[in-house]
Amino acid sequence: MKPYHTFDHTADLGLIVTGKSTGDLYENAAVAVFDIITDLGRVEARETRRISVEGDGLEDLLINYLREILYLYNGERWLLKEIRVIRADDNMLEAEARGEPLDGRKHEIRKEIKAVTYHQARVRKMKKGWEARVIFDV
Amino acid sequence: MSDVKLRRLDEFRWEVPKEGAMRVPGIIYASDRLMRAMGQDESPKQVANVAQLPGIVRHSLAMPDMHWGYGFPIGGVAAFDLDGGVISPGGVGYDINCGCRLMMTNLRDEEVRPQIAKVVTALFHHVPSGVGSKGSLKLPRSEEKNVLVEGARWAVKNGYGSPGDLESIEDGGCLAGADPEAVSDRALERGKDQVGTLGSGNHFLEVEVVEEIFDREVAAALGIEEGRVAVMIHSGSRGLGHQVCDDYLARLVKHVDKIGISLPDRQLACAYIQSPEGRQYLSAMACAANYAWANRQMLMHWTGEALERALGMSPRDLGMRLIYDVCHNIAKIEEHVVDGKRVRLCVHRKGATRAFPPGHPALASKFQKTGQPVLIPGDMGTGSYVLVGTGRAMEETFGSTCHGAGRVLSRAAAIKASKGRAIRREMEDRGVLVMAAAKGTLAEEIPEAYKDIDEVINVVHGAGLSRKVARLRAIGCIKG
Repeated sequence: MKPYHTFDHTADLGLIVTGKSTGDLYENAAVAVFDIITDLGRVEARETRRISVEGDGLEDLLINYLREILYLYNGERWLLKEIRVIRADDNMLEAEARGEPLDGRKHEIRKEIKAVTYHQARVRKMKKGWEARVIFDV
Repeated sequence: MSDVKLRRLDEFRWEVPKEGAMRVPGIIYASDRLMRAMGQDESPKQVANVAQLPGIVRHSLAMPDMHWGYGFPIGGVAAFDLDGGVISPGGVGYDINCGCRLMMTNLRDEEVRPQIAKVVTALFHHVPSGVGSKGSLKLPRSEEKNVLVEGARWAVKNGYGSPGDLESIEDGGCLAGADPEAVSDRALERGKDQVGTLGSGNHFLEVEVVEEIFDREVAAALGIEEGRVAVMIHSGSRGLGHQVCDDYLARLVKHVDKIGISLPDRQLACAYIQSPEGRQYLSAMACAANYAWANRQMLMHWTGEALERALGMSPRDLGMRLIYDVCHNIAKIEEHVVDGKRVRLCVHRKGATRAFPPGHPALASKFQKTGQPVLIPGDMGTGSYVLVGTGRAMEETFGSTCHGAGRVLSRAAAIKASKGRAIRREMEDRGVLVMAAAKGTLAEEIPEAYKDIDEVINVVHGAGLSRKVARLRAIGCIKG
């Protein structure tokens, strides 16, 4: 089962992601975003991109991180296949993403995710592991 | 379900009484039926949240097409005092200067209808659309910055349309105070190859026929004639505008913590209008607004070329001319009368359209008698309305009215509702030929995903916020 599901928000797209640890949560969130954008089966992990963000607490950190993740596609036309969190605490996160540049002949864009919003964003510890909730502008 | 109390004021107005941290009451314009739908999401709560922002004047307003957004509701209008009031990127929206443009042609319904497949195909191939669509133009940075400063004027200077078009665009197609230095490299990067592209989602280009005239005199003055073919374009500032919004949200979320403004929703992050942060956002926002005007000006040019080619006509025979161009995601510094005094305010319109009355100094001389044209698109394949602004709008809503039908179904619910249906075929049966770049878009944009446009229009007309002039019916549509 995928570690995420989407939920309804009138004009937008809501996402709930789970993870065993915060690191796992961040990794799953990035993959979820690209699983919605494209068919990950057709994306190869040929290149590496380093992501480094800061934030004031978990929600702020998550949003700043997703902002960077989305810029890979929106700004650099690059598709993420997998990501590994190297270091993370409540205020900083470093990760290494692997993927490749968007190629119109090879990849299909299913859905554009244009931005991540602060509206009702939440990161919380559950009985087992962690859960994050965000709403995207699409 | 929203837990906000609502008090009915009259046939078309509900009040959100001032409670808790609200600085002013809220007013929602709606009919009974529209209000029942609105009460089911959190948009009334969002009206109340906006009422908590510093410097808000008179009311936090919502138009009848309101639906749940993030931060501000979509369909929200709020004005702030220049002294002590705030500007909020979330109150403008991600797609800065998303808006509509309407052009009339000399063509008649019966000439175009037999050739509609040819026309729609030509538009689809000639006008760049779809996810991540790139234009035929890739701008060097220096030229892109000129677009940001000059807006539609840049497009006209470069051969897209004519100088006469500018007076039929809100603010002449160029918002003052644009400073490209306030725009990040990331935003410039996203904008370099998207000017002159329609984009995806709810953006569209529609071939329409003038079906009904409500006000003969005004319609004639605007050049709108029954049975003639028109084109409506709905697009905005593309990735550049989104990046500007996103950059400033990130910055202002930190800023509000620093200066100690407490917010019910971080998406309402803001800065005092007179602060360096506030001014900088306004400069960047103006850049994105200008980009959007250049974008729609170019889309219009290519629309003309596509029609000429498909129909084998000269520009003169086609006679395509701009009726008007409005923005519906914007913040503007405007003069209004509050409690008998003339004041300058920063009016946020997020999913709302300016509706200035006859005689308003901001309007070109040709609109002095008619009032400002207001363009309201319906859902895919329904058609659109042309209205004009009124004095009542100036008095009650800071010269604002609705912007569209407004969503009722989420995108996911719309996809579910369209499972197993041939949407393109259904639209054809209704007399609308649709071509879409992405498979999913049609399903997300099915007509029942939106409120009944006629009902939304009847509310703004009935409440006196704008007056109906004409209704147009769609015959062809291209979606991103």
